[in-house]
Amino acid sequence: MDVIRDLAVQGAQMLLVLLLAPFLTGFVRKVKARLLRRRGPPLIQPYRDLVRLTRKDALVAVNASWLFRSVPYLVFAATWVAAALVPTFASGLMFSWSADLIAIIALLGSGRFFLALAGMDIGTSFGGIGASREVMIASLAEPAMMMIVFVLALIAGSTQLSTIAAFMLSSQVGVRVSLGLALIALIMVAIAENARIPVDNPATHLELTMVHEAMVLEYSGRHLALIELAASLKLLLYVSLIGCVFLPWGLAAAESPISGYAIGAIAYLAKVLLAGSALAMFETSIAKMRVFRVPAFLGAALMLGLLGALLRFVSAGL
Amino acid sequence: MAVDFSLWCVAVLLALPILAVVLVRHEWANGILYSANFLVSAGLCANAIFHLVTGAVPENIVLPLALPWIGAHFRLDALSAVFLVIVNLGAAGASLYGLGYGRHETARARVLPFFPAFLAGMNLVVLGDDAFTFLLAWEFMSLSSWALVMAHHRVPENVRAGYVYLLMASFGTLALLLAFGILAGPDGGYAFATIRAMPPAAGSIWLVLLLVLLGAGSKAGLVPLHVWLPLAHPAAPSHVSALMSGVMTKVAVYAFIRILFDLAGPPQWWEGMIVLALGGLTAVMGVLYALMEHDLKRLLAYHTIENIGIIFIGLGLALAFQADNMAAAAALSLTAALFHVFNHSVFKSLLFFGAGAVLTATGERDMEHLGGLIHRMPQTAFAFLVGCAAISALPPLNGFVSEWMTFQAILLSPGLAEWGLKLSVPAVGALLALSAALAAACFVKAYGVAFLGRPRGNAAAEAKEVDAFSRSAMFAFAGLCLIAGILPGFAIDGLAPAVQSLLGARMPVQAAISWLSIVPIAESRSSYNGLLVFLFIAASALLAAYAIHLLASKVVKRVPAWDCGFPLASPATQYSAGSFAQPIRRVFGTLVFRARERVTMPPPGEMGMARIDVELHDLAWDWLYAPISGAISLAADRLNVLQFLTIRRYLTLVFLALVGLLLVLAIWM
Repeated sequence: MDVIRDLAVQGAQMLLVLLLAPFLTGFVRKVKARLLRRRGPPLIQPYRDLVRLTRKDALVAVNASWLFRSVPYLVFAATWVAAALVPTFASGLMFSWSADLIAIIALLGSGRFFLALAGMDIGTSFGGIGASREVMIASLAEPAMMMIVFVLALIAGSTQLSTIAAFMLSSQVGVRVSLGLALIALIMVAIAENARIPVDNPATHLELTMVHEAMVLEYSGRHLALIELAASLKLLLYVSLIGCVFLPWGLAAAESPISGYAIGAIAYLAKVLLAGSALAMFETSIAKMRVFRVPAFLGAALMLGLLGALLRFVSAGL
Repeated sequence: MAVDFSLWCVAVLLALPILAVVLVRHEWANGILYSANFLVSAGLCANAIFHLVTGAVPENIVLPLALPWIGAHFRLDALSAVFLVIVNLGAAGASLYGLGYGRHETARARVLPFFPAFLAGMNLVVLGDDAFTFLLAWEFMSLSSWALVMAHHRVPENVRAGYVYLLMASFGTLALLLAFGILAGPDGGYAFATIRAMPPAAGSIWLVLLLVLLGAGSKAGLVPLHVWLPLAHPAAPSHVSALMSGVMTKVAVYAFIRILFDLAGPPQWWEGMIVLALGGLTAVMGVLYALMEHDLKRLLAYHTIENIGIIFIGLGLALAFQADNMAAAAALSLTAALFHVFNHSVFKSLLFFGAGAVLTATGERDMEHLGGLIHRMPQTAFAFLVGCAAISALPPLNGFVSEWMTFQAILLSPGLAEWGLKLSVPAVGALLALSAALAAACFVKAYGVAFLGRPRGNAAAEAKEVDAFSRSAMFAFAGLCLIAGILPGFAIDGLAPAVQSLLGARMPVQAAISWLSIVPIAESRSSYNGLLVFLFIAASALLAAYAIHLLASKVVKRVPAWDCGFPLASPATQYSAGSFAQPIRRVFGTLVFRARERVTMPPPGEMGMARIDVELHDLAWDWLYAPISGAISLAADRLNVLQFLTIRRYLTLVFLALVGLLLVLAIWM
C-alpha cells in the first residue's frame, strides 16, 4: 500500500512539474507585462506556443548531425528527471534516494553540456557565441551551486533533498547566518542558470545580448518545443528548490493523509506564484549587465556560498 | 600461485622485444606482436581480478636476481592487484588499438620492441616488494617510455619533449631513491617488509613526504612538476600516449599510496593538508591549461593533470581522516581516489584512442584545422562523445560517481579536529567543483570544435572512418565507462580489500544495498543510484520521443542554416577553439596566465585584415624552471674554465679535493 502511494506521489509530481512549468513562464511574462502597464499575453500562451511548435515542420540545417536532432530529447529527459526529484508538494518522494542534490545539479549540467554541443553542431557564429558564453557562465555557477549544497548538506546531514526538506520542516533549524548566505547565493545562481535578467534576457533576439537564445537559434518545430519546455522545467525546478529548502511550510511529510497532500499542493502553488511575482518584479527593476560583468556577479555568489560553508566548518551553530 | 603467473607473464613481455627486433622487417609482425601483448595483458588482468575476488591473500616470492645479498622480492597483495587490473586493462586496450593503429606507424622498429618493455616495466613496479626492484623497474619504465616518446625523433619538438622528460624522470627517480634511503634507515633494510616493520622516525617523515611528492608527483604530473607531461605524452604514438596518460601516471599514484599509506607508518594531519592543497591547485591549473590548448592530444594531456589533482584530493582527504582516526571517512576518500584512478584510466585511454583515430584519418592534431568529423567518422565520434561526457563527470557515467564520492568525503570533514584542515577542506571543495565545471567547458570546446561544425580544412573534409580494431577498442572502453557508471557498487567492492589492508576499514558492502545503490558510509543518509538515473533518463527520453512522434509533425526539412538571417559560407566564420575559450581566458587567464589580448584594427576605410594577438605565460615555467635552468647555465659557463687547465693544475685540484674530503671525514667521525 505504501509503495503504491509513494509511486502515486512520485508520478503525480512528474506530471505536475510538466504541466505547471509553462504556466510559471507565462505567469512571469504576464506579471512583467502588467508591471510595464501592458496587458501581456494570456496565461495559457506558453501552452499554445508549445502546441503550435509541435505542429510545425522541423527545419534542420543541411549539415546538422544526428547529435543535433537527439539533443532536445536528451536535454528534456535530463531536466525532467531532475525536476521530478525536487520535492514540490510532498517530501517523501519514492526515488529521492536514487539521485541526491549533487546528482540533480550534475543532471542539469548534462543538459547544458549537450545543448552547448548542439549549438556548435551547425557551425555558425551564433551557435558558437552562445555555447562559449553559456559554458563560461556555467563554469562559475556550478561551483557556486556546489557550495550551496555543502551548506545545506552540512546543516541537514545529508545531500538527499527529501531529507533536507524534512529537516528544514523540523524545529531544529532556527535562524542561521550560513543559511541566509546560501539563500542569496542560490537566488543569484538561479537567475544565472535560467538565463534571466540581468545575466541574460529570455525575450531577446538581439545578437550581442543573447546567450541561451543564441545557442538554440537553429532549432525549430518540435525540437524547439522540447527545448522551451525544458527551459521552463528548469525555472520551475529552481523555484521548487528554493521553496522546499527555504520555505518548507505546507510540504506534506512522508506518511501524511490525503488532506496533507492537498495542503501541500495549495502551499506549493502559492510558493510558485510568489516566486514568479518576485522574479518579474526583480527583472523589471534591473537592467541587463554586460556579459563580462557576469563573472563578478557569479563570483560573488561563489564567495557567499564558500563563506557559508566555511562558517559551517568553523561552528556547528552558525 | 597468482604471483608466479604474473611474473611469468612479465617474463613473456620481456622476451617480446627480442622477438620484435627479429621480426620487425615483416609486414605481419605488427599483428603478431600486438596480439601477443593483448593476450598477455588480458591474462595479467584476469589473474589480478581473480586474485581480488578470491580474498586477496598476499603472496610473496623472492628470486635470486638483482643484488645478490637482497634478491628480488615480489609481492602480490590487494593494492598491487588493483593496480595490476588498471595497468593491464589499459595495456590490453592499447594493444587491441595498436593492432589497427600500428599499421600506419612509420617508425615501427622504434615502437614495436619498446612497447612490451614499457608494459613489463609498469607491471614490475606494481609487483616489486623491495626498494631496489622497485627503483629498477621504475627506471626501466621511464626509459622505455622515453624511447617511445622519441619514436619520431626527427621532429624537433619531440626531441625537446624527450629531453625534458628524461631530465624530469631522472630527477624523480633520484628523489624516490633518497626517499627509500630514509625509509630504509641506517641499517639498509630495503625490503618493503622490513621498512613496514620499522617506519621512519617522526622527525624525518616530512622529508619522506617531500621526496615522494617530488618523485611520484613529478611522474604523476602534480603542478608545478607537470611541465614534461604535456610535451611528452602527445609526442608518442597515440596508443602509447593513452598508456602514458591513462596508466603510467597511475603507477606514480601507486608509488605514492604504497609509500605513504603502507610503508611510512601512521600519517600526520599536515601531510593530508599539503597533499590536499597540491591536489586542488593541480586540478584547477590542469584544466585551465587544457582550456587554453588547441592541440587535441596536448589538451588531453593537460586534462590528465587535472584528474591527477582530483585523485590527490581524495588521497589527501584519506591521509587527513586517517590521522584523525576517522576510519570510515578515510576509507571513503581512499576508495574515491582509487575508483577515480580506474575511471580516469578508462576514459583517458578512450579519448587518446579517439585523438589517435583523428590523427590517422586527418593527419592533424590542431583543432583549428578540424571540424565536422561527426559526419565522416560517426563511430569514432560517438565513442569520443561518451569519453567526453565521462571525463566531464556527467551522470550516469563513471566520472561522476568518483567525483560524487569525493564530494561526500569532503562533507564528512567538519569532524576533523585541526583548524588548518577545517579551513582548507571547503576551499579545496570549491576548487574541485570549479575544476569539474571547467572540465565540462573544455570538453564542449574539444568536441564541438573537432567533431562538430563544418570542416576547417581539406584533411578534415576528406577524413575516413578508422579500422575495426581501433573502433572496437574505443567501443569497449566506452562500454566500460557506462558499466562502471551504472553499476559502481561492484567496482567499489572490488577495491575494498586494498582499502581494508591499508586503512583497516572499508566502505560498506555495496552489493548488499537494495536496488544497487551506493552509500558512502554506513550511517550516512545520502545515496546515489546510477542504474536508476540511467533508466529514468532513457525512459523519459523515449517517452518524450514517443509522445512527440505520436502527436507532433513528423516532417524534417533540410534547409540552409538560419544564423539570424546571415549565414556565412566560409567555415572560417565558425567559432574556433581560441574564440570559444576567450570568455574563460578573460575571466581566469588574466590572473593565472597573465594573458594579454591586443587587437589591431586597420584604419577606417581600409579593407585590410584585423588581427588579435594573445599572449599567454606559463608561470610554472617562467618562475620556477627558467630561473633554475638559467642558474645551471650560468654555473656551467663559469665552471667552463676547468675544462682547459694544465695537467699540474688538475693534479693540484685532485689533491686538494682529497684533502678536503679527508678533513670532512675526520671532523664527521
